[in-house]
Amino acid sequence: MITASFGQIFAAAQADVMRRDAETGYKGPRPERGMASMMRIALAALAALMIGPAMAQAQQGPLRIEITDGVIEPLPYALPTFVAETGDAGQMANDITRVIAADLSGTGLFREIPESAHIQRFGAFDMPVSYPDWQAINAQALIVGGVSMQGGKVVVKFRLFDIYSGQQLGDGQQLAASPASWRRLAHKVADVIYSRVTGESGYFDSRVVFVSETGPKDARQKRLAVADYDGANIQYLTDSSTIVLAPRFSPDGGRVLYTTFETGFPRIKMLDTRNVAATLLPEIPGTMTFAPRFSPDGGSIVYSMEQGGNTDLWTMGVSGGSPSRLTNSPAIETAPSYSPDGSRIVFESDRSGTQQLYIMSAGGGEPTRISFGEGRYGTPVWSPRGDLIAFTKQHAGRFHIGVMRTDGSEERLLTASFLDEGPTWSPNGRVIMFTRESPGAAGGAQLFSVDISGRNLKKVDGVGAASDPAWSPLLP
Amino acid sequence: MTFAPKAVLLLAVLGLAACNNPDKYGAGNGVVDPGGMYGDNGISQGSINDPNSPAYFNQAIGDKILFQVDQSTINPEARTILSGQAQWLVNHPQYAAIIEGHADEQGTREYNLALGARRASAVQEFLISQGVAGNRLRTVSYGKERPLAVCSTEDCYAQNRRAVTVISLGAGS
Repeated sequence: MITASFGQIFAAAQADVMRRDAETGYKGPRPERGMASMMRIALAALAALMIGPAMAQAQQGPLRIEITDGVIEPLPYALPTFVAETGDAGQMANDITRVIAADLSGTGLFREIPESAHIQRFGAFDMPVSYPDWQAINAQALIVGGVSMQGGKVVVKFRLFDIYSGQQLGDGQQLAASPASWRRLAHKVADVIYSRVTGESGYFDSRVVFVSETGPKDARQKRLAVADYDGANIQYLTDSSTIVLAPRFSPDGGRVLYTTFETGFPRIKMLDTRNVAATLLPEIPGTMTFAPRFSPDGGSIVYSMEQGGNTDLWTMGVSGGSPSRLTNSPAIETAPSYSPDGSRIVFESDRSGTQQLYIMSAGGGEPTRISFGEGRYGTPVWSPRGDLIAFTKQHAGRFHIGVMRTDGSEERLLTASFLDEGPTWSPNGRVIMFTRESPGAAGGAQLFSVDISGRNLKKVDGVGAASDPAWSPLLP
Repeated sequence: MTFAPKAVLLLAVLGLAACNNPDKYGAGNGVVDPGGMYGDNGISQGSINDPNSPAYFNQAIGDKILFQVDQSTINPEARTILSGQAQWLVNHPQYAAIIEGHADEQGTREYNLALGARRASAVQEFLISQGVAGNRLRTVSYGKERPLAVCSTEDCYAQNRRAVTVISLGAGS
């Protein structure tokens, strides 16, 4: 059974991937180098772009999509197919190389120079780099790697070179995993490269839990599923016998909270990803509970409870204990999200007459409204960096995914469509994934992602019809 | 008008499917019977011509009322239908009911769950105010998960912003 193998794979993969600095490579001090600092400037420019249009929008009244793109030139890199260092590693070397390239180029920040244009060919991992050969084809970064099979493990080693400064960037590294986890190895290599070049942590070795959808629009079948961030390795966590909604990972990725109709009513269930066992959380009889999210320490949850038609926010410990009320108003309070430090909660409420965003202390108390643009704002999600809040905005019959600062300033819309909703942050806070639904009787939901700059909008391939994505933390 | 034949067809198909589900509140029927919209919960529907039949309740009185965008206010037309529902329930104490609240797709998922709950609760309160014992009524919200009409225009949205009173045998009587 597919679901049964999930926990084993997940746990095995976590324990399996070992990383150690290789003995090889540059060991000296690592000052800021040309390539890295250039990319940092580029990212800073992106941040600056975010501010500009938002200010313009505030002056113009109605918010309009002003997605600035094409400003940043992607960094050209060369990634020769990793050298197969044992006779049986050829296919693995090729596959791992292609996944690294897909990760890097998929960000929109990097552009691969095709191997057919390469002048220097690496017959061995330790061959000296001929910088002029790479300068001649305008490569700014070069990644050289080797793959071998050793004692039933795949071993990958790689080095990153800064072509214009003519030096290796950072130490060489070596990673090992079971063959089943080869994609994770590739993602980890790409994360290291991304991190060295941008100065930020990566997000490729991560997973997304979501709702897989089949069937007609008026009888949609839904089941929980999890896949790598790029849509590979899809695995199902529930069957489709009942409606399931809006899953969320625990901070350590080991558990998933979601809403299920298995009792006939919305109830919160917590699933252990290691053995795929799930248990209903306690509820007060006669109520509906939904929209659960973990606290950053994983010890408690915040969620919505409906009583007599009114929905408020509550919190309770994950291992029991009586629920305690956080809001007390006749309005709808739902879609909560903790700040990364756990001190505050952002949520949506229609207490003003329409859905708007509010922030309150994690213990409750008087909330502060932060959304003031035209239209309705919902599904706020605090970024892992703590600086931004992503949201769904509805205005003039369109849906948008947007971001704003935690005080509500510098609002910027990243997308526009018939129906976009439910943003989730990449572990490094640079990318947002969300649900995009197409209209009409044959309409369906798909997962999309977009940079917080509004660039690089694309569909997540490989997961089929899907909704309600929630990104995991970076895997250990 | 164009929806009428489709609705009849749906009714026929779902009527069959729902016969397999003996749960009082239609537990787990989210797949076989979309939202339990026409769920008979295992009870005999009878004839629309028989005022004591669930079929009469569903079709002659009307099991469903509609709402304005983002509202849970019961309008005069809905009030008439609900008064009929209440009277029938008072006269047929052997039945219980579950009230389903639904929303159209023009809203975010969790907000729509809460909005559907508001609508179901508004119906419940009205029925109670008309003399139906509260312990015979339960509410559930499906949010935007179980639309009745599947187009993406106001014609369909108006049909989907609804509360449906699904009667079942026995609870609390």
